[in-house]
Amino acid sequence: MKINKRHASALLLALSLVAVASGCKKKVPAPPPPPSPRTEAPPPAPKPVITFSAEPTTVERGQCATLRWNVENSTQVSIDPGVGSVSASGTQRVCPTSTTTYTLKATGPGGSESATATVNVTAPPPPPPPPAAAKKSLSEILAERLRDAYFDFDRSEIREDARNVLTQNAEALKQIFSEYTDAVVNVEGHCDERGSAEYNLGLGDRRATSSKEFLVNLGVSGSKLRTISYGEERPACTEANESCYQQNRRAHFSAGQ
Amino acid sequence: MKKTFLALGVLCASVLILRVSAQQDADIKIILTDGQRPVIAITDMRGSGEANAFMGTFNKTLFDEIDGAAVLKVASKSVYPLNVPQTPQDFRIGGAQLADWGRPPVSANYLAFGYTAVQNGQLVLFGYLYDVNQPNPQAAQVIGKLYFGPVSGEGAIKVAREFAADILARFGAKSLAGTKIYFVSDRTGSKQIWSMDYDGSNQKPVTQYEGIAFMPALSLDNTKLAFTLLSQKNPSILVHSTETNRRLTFVNPQASVNASPDFTPDGQNIVFSSSLGGGFSNIFIASANGSGLKRLTSVRAVETEPKVNPKTGAEIVMTSGRSGHPQIYRMSIDGADIERLSSGEGDAVNPSWHPDGQLIAFAWTRGFEPGNFNIFVMDVSKKQFIQLTHGAGRNENPTWAPDGRHIVFSSTRGGSSQIYSMLADGSQVRKLTGQGRNTMPVWSKQ
Repeated sequence: MKINKRHASALLLALSLVAVASGCKKKVPAPPPPPSPRTEAPPPAPKPVITFSAEPTTVERGQCATLRWNVENSTQVSIDPGVGSVSASGTQRVCPTSTTTYTLKATGPGGSESATATVNVTAPPPPPPPPAAAKKSLSEILAERLRDAYFDFDRSEIREDARNVLTQNAEALKQIFSEYTDAVVNVEGHCDERGSAEYNLGLGDRRATSSKEFLVNLGVSGSKLRTISYGEERPACTEANESCYQQNRRAHFSAGQ
Repeated sequence: MKKTFLALGVLCASVLILRVSAQQDADIKIILTDGQRPVIAITDMRGSGEANAFMGTFNKTLFDEIDGAAVLKVASKSVYPLNVPQTPQDFRIGGAQLADWGRPPVSANYLAFGYTAVQNGQLVLFGYLYDVNQPNPQAAQVIGKLYFGPVSGEGAIKVAREFAADILARFGAKSLAGTKIYFVSDRTGSKQIWSMDYDGSNQKPVTQYEGIAFMPALSLDNTKLAFTLLSQKNPSILVHSTETNRRLTFVNPQASVNASPDFTPDGQNIVFSSSLGGGFSNIFIASANGSGLKRLTSVRAVETEPKVNPKTGAEIVMTSGRSGHPQIYRMSIDGADIERLSSGEGDAVNPSWHPDGQLIAFAWTRGFEPGNFNIFVMDVSKKQFIQLTHGAGRNENPTWAPDGRHIVFSSTRGGSSQIYSMLADGSQVRKLTGQGRNTMPVWSKQ
């Protein structure tokens, strides 16, 4: 083939440009690498494979959970904290007092691996508040802790037996008023049926007032005691005999407004 | 001056006291002596046609009215002549003879007769009163009058009462017809004020408060009712209009007890018992609305039941414990000149003025165990007394009828407490209530 000189120089330029651009690789194709020499080395030992879990994962304080695990390819398995060496497969009951993350570490020919399982410990709900001392009504308290003071026929002076009763009542009232700070207690004056209803209204008032004055002298707050006379209108007992009359001639204590 | 004395069927003690009274020229002015009362014969009247159905009621009412007033003695019906007049025309020859009624055994001074008929849809009573001692029927007529009422039992009662009132008026007696008795009844549960006609009919509630309404008192003109209310609050005084039954203003003092009100005769003031000041219940006076409060007594003793003399308005009787057990005292309206009226024995309570302002009735345990009250009457100026009841149950709260001859009171003589009326000599006791327990009667003033 006849190549003129001008064409030949252009071709050469092109070739050299290609050569520059291609690094001349195509110029010499690389030979395939020689096959690597086949040695009889054993395959590397597999690493331990761990399955590790806690059941349940959340317990209330004081309850227990079960750790469950299964490890392959290990020679030594331990769980921390607090469990120590264990066999490759097993369960362990744990009762942590707070949230604890258990770490299982397995070591074998293939190396060491570890896994974790967490037991969340929640605080139990608070116990119900102590039975609030079962707050009784003022009426119940008064009925329980105060006694009636009794009087002689047609009299409003405090008798000896009534002095004792009222002295005990005074102590009880002071306690009651400290517990029931806004309580007001009625001091009721009552009479037996034998006087006139009109006179008895005045006499009952005197019995209430005498009783109140006695209590105030023993330190009971007078502003918390309110006198009221019921005369003979609210007898405690309705038979016509002295035993009954005596029950009616009384100062009685009731819850006020 | 003619003196008569309350000296009927009472205990020896009372007779003795009245003898003493005679020697001292005392004068208990209750004229109830049987021997001096004119005698009246009251025929059993008949009605024509449908009017006759109500004549049982009519005849009983007329008899009770005349007999109960105690100014006339009613001759026993069993001895009446057989020929009974119905009209003035019946006195004729061969007919009824007026003189037969004046002779024994009837021995009447007066004869009431007549009849009823239905006219124009009304019950008409043709009522006559004749003076038997007149020489002829023409001169004898004292009353000859027509009375009208509805054709019913109520109508029969109405005409009988009106006829009786006319007859009684001839003898100076006030008829009680139209008067009311206020009292306390627990028949619906709690004690409330009730009212009834003077004979126990027509009982109905006046107050309906929570709690206990008791101790009623009426003004002299009957327009105001005061009483004591005992509820969860302290006992206090309430005043009602009797006409509207509305509550009127009465401002209670700040006291643990305000109770037992009574009116002055002009109705302008109220006396009552109050523990104002924190001491014993004593006597106070205030205007009818509670203003102008004034203390009348100041003593370390219970004092209550102040009652103002209805005639003079110048003095008060009351119950006071100033000498120990409750007794009756009197004092001036300003609290001065206090003196004890009862002797100091037993309990003496519930004073009530006679309309004349000279006598009181009261309840006293004199001679009996505490609580066993009897009714007594006392001449306040002389302090002389007679006993009207004698131990049959508890007898309390006597008050006078406006005629000054009757007393209404409560008694447990039949078991439970009920209201009774009686003559001021203790006779003619009539039971007026029966339902529930009934106490504290007061008779309206007119």
